[in-house]
Amino acid sequence: MDSSVLLNLGMQLGWLILLVLMIVVPLLITVAYVTYAERKVLALVQLRMGPNLVGPFGLLQPFADGLKLIAKETIIPTGANRALFVAAPILLFFLSLVSWAVIPFDVGLVLADINVGVLYLFALSSLGVYGIIIAGWASNSKYSFLGSLRSAAQMVSYEVSIGLVIITVLLLAGSMNLSTIIIGQAGGITGWYIWPLLPMFFIFFISGLAETNRCPFDLPEGESELVGGFNTEYSSMTFALFFLGEYANMILMSAMTAVLFLGGWHSPIPGDDVIPGLVWFAAKIAFCLFVFIWVRATMPRFRYDQLMRLGWKIFLPFSLLYVVGVAAYVTFFRGAL
Amino acid sequence: MSTDTQIKPFTLNFGPQHPAAHGVLRLVLEMNGEVVERADPHIGLLHRGTEKLIEQKTYLQALPYFDRLDYVAPMNQEHAFALATEKLLGITPPPRAQAIRVLFCEIGRVLNHLLNITTFALDVGAITPALWGFEERELLMEFYERASGARLHANYFRPGGVAADLPEGLLEDIWAYTERFPKFWDDLNNLLTENRIFKQRTVDIGVATADEALDWGFTGPMLRGSGVPWDLRKAQPYDGYEGYEFDIPTGSTGDCYARYLVRMEEMRQSISIIRQAIKAMPDGPVKVNDRKVTPPQRAEMKTSMEALIHHFKLYTEGYHVPAGETYAAVEAPKGEFGVYLVADGSNKPYRCKIRAPGFAHLQACEFLSKGHMLADAVAIIGSMDVVFGEIDR
Repeated sequence: MDSSVLLNLGMQLGWLILLVLMIVVPLLITVAYVTYAERKVLALVQLRMGPNLVGPFGLLQPFADGLKLIAKETIIPTGANRALFVAAPILLFFLSLVSWAVIPFDVGLVLADINVGVLYLFALSSLGVYGIIIAGWASNSKYSFLGSLRSAAQMVSYEVSIGLVIITVLLLAGSMNLSTIIIGQAGGITGWYIWPLLPMFFIFFISGLAETNRCPFDLPEGESELVGGFNTEYSSMTFALFFLGEYANMILMSAMTAVLFLGGWHSPIPGDDVIPGLVWFAAKIAFCLFVFIWVRATMPRFRYDQLMRLGWKIFLPFSLLYVVGVAAYVTFFRGAL
Repeated sequence: MSTDTQIKPFTLNFGPQHPAAHGVLRLVLEMNGEVVERADPHIGLLHRGTEKLIEQKTYLQALPYFDRLDYVAPMNQEHAFALATEKLLGITPPPRAQAIRVLFCEIGRVLNHLLNITTFALDVGAITPALWGFEERELLMEFYERASGARLHANYFRPGGVAADLPEGLLEDIWAYTERFPKFWDDLNNLLTENRIFKQRTVDIGVATADEALDWGFTGPMLRGSGVPWDLRKAQPYDGYEGYEFDIPTGSTGDCYARYLVRMEEMRQSISIIRQAIKAMPDGPVKVNDRKVTPPQRAEMKTSMEALIHHFKLYTEGYHVPAGETYAAVEAPKGEFGVYLVADGSNKPYRCKIRAPGFAHLQACEFLSKGHMLADAVAIIGSMDVVFGEIDR
C-alpha cells in the first residue's frame, strides 16, 4: 500500500477521533453538570441548600464526586461472573455515547448524517437493556436480579409505544434523517411537531422517563424496594459508568424530544437568526432535563404492574390509534410526500 | 420424562440493612416472582433489655428508658410510665403540669405523624415530603429542647408533674408555630393526597377490616383507619383530655391510604389541641407539692436543711412506691402504649411490662402483605408505622 494512502487514512482517522472527542468531552462535562443541576433543583424544591462547599456554589462538586468514585475500590462479589459483571457497565456506557453520533446540533453539525438516524437511535436504545440484564444476572444478587428483570420488562414495553410515537413524526416529516426532521419544523414555534402531535409528545416524554429508568418509573433501582436495583453490587468506576450512562441517556432522551417535537435547533421566533441554533438546541435540552428533575422531586413511584398496565393498555392503543389518524391525514389531505 | 419439579419460592431477605426496613426490621419474604407469598418478620435486633433494666433502677431512673423506646415521640412514652407511677403513689399532678403534658404529647403526635407520613411517602417513592417534614420536625424538637434541655431524650414527664416549668416565651413561639403549620399541612396535602400515583400505590393495599384490626390487636391510626373510633384520649381520658375539643378521625376502607388520611387529620386535631392547651394554660406549680416524690426548689435547699435531705434522698434512694400493681395506658401516636407496673413497696419496680403498639402491628405484617407485590409490602410496612425502639425494647 502506498504510504500516502496510509497517511491519508491516518489523517482521516485522526480527524474522526477529534470529532468524536468534540462530542464526547462536552457531553461528559454536561453529564457532570446535570448531576449538579439535579441536586440543586431537588434542593430548591426540598428547601435545602444543595451542594455548596466544593468550589464556588459547589460547582466543583461533580468532579469531587467523580474523583471519589475513581479512587474507591472496585468490589466484585464472590459469586459474580467477573467478566460479565465488568462488561455490563462498559456496554451501557458505550451505548449511551454512540447514540450521539446522529444527533444534529445545528445545521450540518452532525457526526454521521445517515438517512436512517431514527432507526439507529431506536436500535441502540433497545440494546441498552442488555447492559442492565447482564448486570443484574452477573451480580448474583436477588435484588439486582429482580431489578434487572423489572428493567427489561419496562424498557421493552415502553420501547413499543416510543416506536409508534416516532412513526407519527416520521409520517409528518417523511424522512428518517434527523436533520430532515428538524428542517421540516422550520418557521418558528408554530411549525414544531409538538402542536399536531401534542398527545404523542406527552406519551413520548413519559415513555422517555420509563426508558431512562427515571422517577416515577425508577422501579429497576427503586431504593425503597430493591435497595439499588441492578446496580446494588456495583461500586467505584463500574458504578460510575452506570451513573454516567444513565445521565447521558437522560440527555439523549431530552435531545430526541427536542429533535422530534421541539424543532431542534430552530428558534421559536420565525426568521430569528441572532441566537445560534446550537444555543436553542441546548436550551431545549436543558428545559427537558429540568422537567425530568422536576418530576423526580414531585412524584411517587409506580408499582411494577401499574407501569405495565400504563404502557400496554393505555399508551400502546392510544399511540396506535394516533398513528392511523396521522397516516390517514397524510395520505388523504396532504397528498403523498 | 415426567418429574414432579417443585418450584421453590424465591426467598428474599428484606433487611435488616435495607433502606425501607425502618430501622432494623428483618423480613424474610417468600416470593413468587414479584408477589409476596409469605412475610416473616424477625425482631430482636434492637433488643436492649429495657424491661429488665428498669427493674434495677429507681422509679426516677427508669423514666429515661421510655424516651428510648419510640424515639420518634419520646414524651408520649414517658407519659404512660408517669401515669402508672402516679396511680400507685395515689397522686395527681397539678393542672399546669397536666396542661404542659397534653401540650407536649400533642407535639409528640405531630412529630410522629410527620415522620411516618413522610417516610411512608418516601417508601412509595416520593422524596420531597421527607425533606419538608424533617424541616418541620426540627422546629418541633426545638420546643422539646427548650422545655427539657434535650431534642430527643427529654426525660421531662416525671411522676408527679414535669421536670421544670416552661421557659419564658416558649408558649408564644409554639403558638406562632401552630399558625404557620397549616400552610405546611396544605403543601403536604397538595403533594400527596390527590396524587394519582400515590393513590394507586396506597388505595386497597394492605386492607384490614374493623374485625380483623381488632383481632390483630391494632390500636391507634391502624385501628381508626379501619373505621373503629377508639381513642384512649376520649375513651378513658387522662390528664385532663376530657377538657379539650377534638375529633377522632376514622377511615372506612382500612387500607394504607385510609391510615395516611387518618394521620393527616390527626395532625390537624393535634395542632388544635395544642392551641387549646396554650390558651387555657393555668398558672401554678408544675409538680406535686410532696417532697417525698418531687425535689424541692434549688433556692430552698440553700437555706433549709430538710429540703437538702429530701433532695439527697430523692436522687440517691428514690421514693418508695406502695406495693400494688397497675396498668396505665396512653394514646401514643402509634396506638395504645401501656405500662403494667408491679410495685413491691421498694424504691424499684418489681416488674415493668411495656405494651408497645408497634409490636401488635408488626405481627400483622404477613396477614396484610400476603398476595401483594413487593412494592406493596414496602408501602404496608411504611403505613404500619413501626419503630424498632419500642418493638424490640
